Amino acid sequence: MTPVHLATPLSREVLDLRAGDQVTLSGTIYTARDEAHLRMMRDGIPFDPEGAAVYHCGPVISGSRILAAGPTTSARLNRLTGFLLDAGVRALIGKGGMGSGVVDQLKGRGVYLALTGGCAVLAASRMTLRGVYYEDLGMAEAIWIIEADHLPLVVGIDSRGGDLFGAVEREAKLQFDRRFTI
Amino acid sequence: MEIIIEFISSLLMMLLPSGERLFTAVSEATCQAFRDAEVRLPPDVVAAIRHAAENETSPIAREELGRILENISLAGRLGVPICQDTGVPVVYLTVPPTVPLTAALMDAVADGVRKATREIPLRPNVVSPLDRRNSGDNTGPGMPAIHIRAGERLEITVLPKGAGAENMSRLAMFLPTEHDRIPRFVAETMLVAGGRPCPPVVLGVGIGGTFDGVAALAKEALLEPVDHMDPFEQDLCDAVNALGIGPMGLGGKTTALAVKVKTASCHTASLPVAVNVQCWAARRATREVVW
Repeated sequence: MTPVHLATPLSREVLDLRAGDQVTLSGTIYTARDEAHLRMMRDGIPFDPEGAAVYHCGPVISGSRILAAGPTTSARLNRLTGFLLDAGVRALIGKGGMGSGVVDQLKGRGVYLALTGGCAVLAASRMTLRGVYYEDLGMAEAIWIIEADHLPLVVGIDSRGGDLFGAVEREAKLQFDRRFTI
Repeated sequence: MEIIIEFISSLLMMLLPSGERLFTAVSEATCQAFRDAEVRLPPDVVAAIRHAAENETSPIAREELGRILENISLAGRLGVPICQDTGVPVVYLTVPPTVPLTAALMDAVADGVRKATREIPLRPNVVSPLDRRNSGDNTGPGMPAIHIRAGERLEITVLPKGAGAENMSRLAMFLPTEHDRIPRFVAETMLVAGGRPCPPVVLGVGIGGTFDGVAALAKEALLEPVDHMDPFEQDLCDAVNALGIGPMGLGGKTTALAVKVKTASCHTASLPVAVNVQCWAARRATREVVW
């Protein structure tokens, strides 16, 4: 299956993607973790959010080089994400999926793209550092501006409520109950 | 004769003008052990991931494991950390009778952590718990976490522990009659965790001891090689894999690469159980200190 290629700023094309689709993504993306989300909520988003992709990641940076930049656990940001989608962000990139609240917020607006957790060197090999916001938050929590080149991703949550992680979790619950509930 | 030589060498050690040489050697070995662990996974872990990749039938699961294997080989080739979450420093120090257990020895380990943070480099992950201030060098009160055991050689084993998996770990104080609830508790830990701890995981399970001790046991179980499981461990592993969470929570046959169990005696009225979740990057490395 040939992956669909996407480039930022993203347009309504992302609305056609379905959970389980393989995609590659190029263009500018912005890292943001817990502290950056809190500050953006307070002070405003420092980049143009229209069609932007926000990457849940705290990279290892050495000088102007990105050494390792795999995704962090997206679920920590479940309650901190709505304002980004309201502002026009079209893609969230991370690992592990997000809560049902975010699945609803993505409807008709954007997608959640899963990058293989821990694949920090693979991810970094397709990234160039362009700049930084909020550097005072420290290496892990700052917003790094990154130029991505064909990041390999899978659509975890689509814009119609399709949720690969949710489906797997429901099946896991069934299997668990079958085995352990008397 | 051997005993006399040992005695003389230990006497000489104590007579050294300072423990400076020992300090430097411990710091250097700590830094080296972190470099080994952060850049290259143990061969048994890589073999287990490769085996899982061959076994998966779902295209997404195969793709995820393929990327993991590609990432592992890329990190080794470039000499950089496998994952950007280079973890918090957990250190197991084996101390022989000839080396005095001093505060300076602990300082030397911390010095090695700071050196590793600068030189590898590692992401500075260590913060104070309430005001979240980052020390910038991966040390602070209680960090590195150092566990000491007696042995024949001065050895440093490191287990850099990432937060995604650590955050999914659980502990329960069961009734002594409830040992049949252990498989349920272990499987439930992964049911709650889903894809968040970067499966396929290794689960370290501690059974027995005390409330604090059982968590340490669970973590120590993660030091064991994953290429062998006893029948009890295999049963627990099968129960976890039956959930079908799969690589990264995207579905598949391999949710856990292995489950490793460590036990300790406990109070007749207690049954402490802890599950320490470890992501696929099951990093560990040992260096002997020579000085």
